[in-house]
Amino acid sequence: MLRYTLKRFFWALVTIWAIITLTFIIMHSIPGNPFAREGTMPEAVYNNLQQHYNLDKPKIVQYGLYLESLLHLDFGPSMKSQSITVNDYIKNGFPVSLHLGLQAMVIAICFGLIFGVIASLNKNRWPDYLSMILAIIGISVPSFILATFLINYLAVKWPIFPVATWTSWSHTVLPSISLAAMPMAYIARLMRSSMIEVLSQDYILTAQAKGLGRSVVIIKHAIRNAILPVVTVLGILIANIVTGSFIIENIFGIPGMGEMFVRGIENRDYPVILGSTVFYSVILILLIFIVDVAYTWIDPRIKVTGESK
Amino acid sequence: MAKDLHLTEEMFLPAEDNYKEAEKIARPTISYWANVWRRLRSNKLAMIGFVLIVLLVIMAIIGPHINGYTYYEQDFTKKNLHPTAEHWFGTDSLGRDMFTRAWYGARISLFIGFMAALMDFLIGVLYGGISALKGGRTDNLMMRIAEVLYAIPYLLMVILIMVWFGKNSGIFPMIIAMTITGWIPMARLVRGQVLQLKEFEYVQAAHAAGAKTSWILRKHMIPNTMGPILVNITLTVPSAIFAEATLSFLGLGIPAPKASWGTMASEALSSILIGNFYQLFVPAILISITMFAFNVFGDGLRDALDPR
Repeated sequence: MLRYTLKRFFWALVTIWAIITLTFIIMHSIPGNPFAREGTMPEAVYNNLQQHYNLDKPKIVQYGLYLESLLHLDFGPSMKSQSITVNDYIKNGFPVSLHLGLQAMVIAICFGLIFGVIASLNKNRWPDYLSMILAIIGISVPSFILATFLINYLAVKWPIFPVATWTSWSHTVLPSISLAAMPMAYIARLMRSSMIEVLSQDYILTAQAKGLGRSVVIIKHAIRNAILPVVTVLGILIANIVTGSFIIENIFGIPGMGEMFVRGIENRDYPVILGSTVFYSVILILLIFIVDVAYTWIDPRIKVTGESK
Repeated sequence: MAKDLHLTEEMFLPAEDNYKEAEKIARPTISYWANVWRRLRSNKLAMIGFVLIVLLVIMAIIGPHINGYTYYEQDFTKKNLHPTAEHWFGTDSLGRDMFTRAWYGARISLFIGFMAALMDFLIGVLYGGISALKGGRTDNLMMRIAEVLYAIPYLLMVILIMVWFGKNSGIFPMIIAMTITGWIPMARLVRGQVLQLKEFEYVQAAHAAGAKTSWILRKHMIPNTMGPILVNITLTVPSAIFAEATLSFLGLGIPAPKASWGTMASEALSSILIGNFYQLFVPAILISITMFAFNVFGDGLRDALDPR
């Protein structure tokens, strides 16, 4: 078990390194120069800028310097604003994004599981159809469209919630719902099919034959086993929520990391793009690592050794 | 006792040579694919998806030519019109016909979806197939590389590559960006399937009977891996269309006069503030229908291929 965890951790580190290197190569091979568009810039200023951002050094030295600064958790300066570093962006933006992401994840997991279980217990009856119609809508409608529909109907036409920004709790409702819809639908469908399979197993019949109550059978025997496939896809769903937040934050004007990432793309601010990509990837890979390790913990039946086959 | 036995001469004649008749298969054999198709046809939701896909493809081909407008023609006297007899879906903020743009956008979105799926398929089958057939060290190394690449968030990578393409971005850079990390699930799927099939008795029997590798590949491997691969392809198309819409929404997509559903949605978003909400309806409904159609068809296909 420990060996497996260490091995997985090692590969997570390798992956993080690969991402840093890949993003660095992509960002630094973009033709042109970040200061080129500034127009008539005196030679001396240009040289100073180049020197300040280490752009005059060979690429490999720049790469080494970047890796070194990352080890000190320094993501470097932003090229568009002199006073703010990428670290400042992350420090300001990340708590907001984390709040939004966690809220969306909680909504997705709770409602996804509830809908999935209700659907499976009422297979081919109206609660099943209703939940699955909701699930299909959740999978079919992209988050940015859902978000604009929610704004139009729940904020503009009937002003129940505020249109945008991020100041009070009621501001968080619409963005969280828009972000949670797709993973929720996904969890609901997965939970339904997994529950249906578990409910047809012999041990459920045994539990019922022993005279256990319906709720005990469902909660202790069925849900506990059926939930495992949901745990495996949590990593993917977290990635989904993170990348989904770029757009949702942009639409609702939420001052999170996604907003900063998108503005970095618009301004072609390469250190910001590079820094946030690395930051996002590290968070995601660590989360996926935790999910994977937790999975083998929850279900000892998973063969750890068979993993490399 | 012996008296009761009526032994006749015919009883001792040699049996007729008709055992082959008994072995004959009375009904025509239903091939695997015919069976899949039959199961698929009985799945109403999947068939709705299938019909919708066919309709979308037909409209993507003929739609832009139906009402005589072009996707780039602007008419400033007819801005932001609601649907009329002349402009069936209304016009956008530059006075362009939304009906023509919607189906032109369908053409681009579907093209990107199908091309991304095709590229993933080609690279994935090649990479996964080689990895599984070579085995050993090569397999290990190839899969490690794939695993590391796979851990990179898909959309993040696509965005980065689109940033790299910068102003030259368009349909083909987008397909390339989607393929760079998109092929990995397919490669892993193919590898897993081939590895599993290699162990099956009928493949080993074919080997023992002296079949050539090419015969085994053609007759056993490819038909038997085709099912999961097809399902994967059907589910790749909507995710590529989704990624396209997202990229265009972020301003990294199809350049200006051209239309895709993503660019239409992001253009419509700025019109919402002045009360033209219907402009978002067109791309929103089309994207949603497409996602719905491919997802239910893919799910139906999966169920039809693997009845349990």
